[in-house]
Amino acid sequence: MSSIGAVSREPLAAPRGHFRRAATATAYRWELRKLVSQKRTYLGLGLGVILPLIFVAVQSLRQHHDHGDNIFFPQITQSGLATPVLMLLFLSVFMLPVIASLVAGDIVAAEDGNGTLKTILTRSADRGQIFAAKVLAALTYATIAVFLSAAVGTAAGVAAWGFNRIITFSGTVVSPSEGLLLVFAANACYLIPLFAVASIGVLLSTVTRNSAAAVVGTIGVTILILVIAQIPGLEGIKPYLLTEQYEAWHGLLRTPTNWAPIGHSAWVCALYAVPALVAGYLVFLRRDVAGG
Amino acid sequence: MPGDAPPVRARGLVKRYGEILAVDDIDLTVRVGDVYGFLGPNGAGKTTTLRMALGLITPTAGAVELFGRNPMREGVRALDGVAGFVEAPRFYPYLGGRKNLELLAALDANGAAARIDEVLEIVELAPRAGHRVGGYSHGMRQRLGIAAALLRSPRLLILDEPATGLDPAGMRDMRTLIRRLAGEGITVLLSSHQLPEVQELCDRVAIVDKGRVVYEGALADLRRQGGAGYRLRTTDDERALAIVRGQRGVEAAVLSENSVGFHAEERDVGALSLALGQAGVGILSLTPELATLEDLFFRLTEDGNGASATHAGELASAGAEQPVGAS
Repeated sequence: MSSIGAVSREPLAAPRGHFRRAATATAYRWELRKLVSQKRTYLGLGLGVILPLIFVAVQSLRQHHDHGDNIFFPQITQSGLATPVLMLLFLSVFMLPVIASLVAGDIVAAEDGNGTLKTILTRSADRGQIFAAKVLAALTYATIAVFLSAAVGTAAGVAAWGFNRIITFSGTVVSPSEGLLLVFAANACYLIPLFAVASIGVLLSTVTRNSAAAVVGTIGVTILILVIAQIPGLEGIKPYLLTEQYEAWHGLLRTPTNWAPIGHSAWVCALYAVPALVAGYLVFLRRDVAGG
Repeated sequence: MPGDAPPVRARGLVKRYGEILAVDDIDLTVRVGDVYGFLGPNGAGKTTTLRMALGLITPTAGAVELFGRNPMREGVRALDGVAGFVEAPRFYPYLGGRKNLELLAALDANGAAARIDEVLEIVELAPRAGHRVGGYSHGMRQRLGIAAALLRSPRLLILDEPATGLDPAGMRDMRTLIRRLAGEGITVLLSSHQLPEVQELCDRVAIVDKGRVVYEGALADLRRQGGAGYRLRTTDDERALAIVRGQRGVEAAVLSENSVGFHAEERDVGALSLALGQAGVGILSLTPELATLEDLFFRLTEDGNGASATHAGELASAGAEQPVGAS
């Protein structure tokens, strides 16, 4: 700064003008840009890409395929479209919630860790906007992870075994294009419980102010619910457990489409997501930013 | 009226963390055009006060207004025309300096993006703007913090220890920049425990200790109230000391280093010089010695006699008991 005097002579203080608040969409775009710039973002997405590839590679090398108790197992080598369905089946219980938690649990707490919360909260975007942008970014990441995994699974499956007809849970044969649409719809439907998981992650991220604690905590919550679902005598509450909603998308792969589990999943997941987001919002709004 | 309101006005500001009283009933007013020094030892409550001013933490009691707007009630609207940083400025280490500024400019939405090149030039970071902040030195981050603040075209700049960790050249440059900003009409609230920096830059100060303001006012008044000291060199210091001690209105006279030091009002010094002349003692030099900010700061914030002074009046008394400059 030794030549400060020689730099611009424009006045640095502007006259008081009309105050303009930043747009939430702008804050959201920047949350995405921050995600894109962080290596940890690619860890989850990498898992979403590599697991379907490993699955297809392993199945291609096997001589005999177990038929299992799922109608899609016998179809692995008959239609590439069976791969994304089976991948959703495998990944939906644990891996995709883990991937969603990686970002949701980190998205507020990382700002605490870096000390950057004070930096962004003293600009012209209010706390509600920042929180909304972070929630939207976490949900966007979860969406990208799900569809990236589905896209890779579909591409790898079709490349290995062809773009063929597929038989749904109800035994109906559907055309390849209809099957592809169903794969897309099933993954979209799975986002409902995944958004609830991400919402819990954002809450823990806001409350704990510690990325690792929030990520592990979110995964811990989903494992706890899975364990609760296995306890004899608690069958009555099972339909209301978050992890039970992971399979709601099965209704789309029946003829006629069974919308009941999807509707049920929507309101049950809302019971988890809405309180988590409201609590996270209130904590974020009122918290003291004393660190950094 | 917000239009006529001072840049910063705190009244009855309190922040309590459980049993710990971090800020205890602080009142202060920063006027338009001030370069206002906010002084205090570590843990005195300076940064907590600044965080409350910027709306980062909620006061337990009392309020701060920035240009008449309360950040607790009006949120970021109250920060219109206000910029700065508390403690070390923090940025996203995985983004470049320019990218960080682009992000902050986007969150400012007042044409701030158009000023990025200019502020990078001002703080001389343009050549390193593309590099990741994670690789920046402490001084570069401080400068980026100033750049981020200037993006907002502030009328009030709040700087918390801006020169901490800078090398002597960096400190000099920071002072030059602050002086320039003040010269352009920006009101500056400068928190620091670097007393020479404050003495050089600030016209008004608040000194806080243990969460309380122990002095607020003009720096010049503070130094005057610290006691007007004089140092006298004569042809006969022994006789001069006797005459000085016998003179009305003269206090704390001591002989040291071939001179006589004492405290007195200006009118009494005139009478003293006549008395010395009449006694045949020649005056070689008679020089006023104002207390340094450092002297005053320690007198106000250290429990020399078991208690801190609580206002400027007590400071004057304290000054009368101890020769100025004797430490």
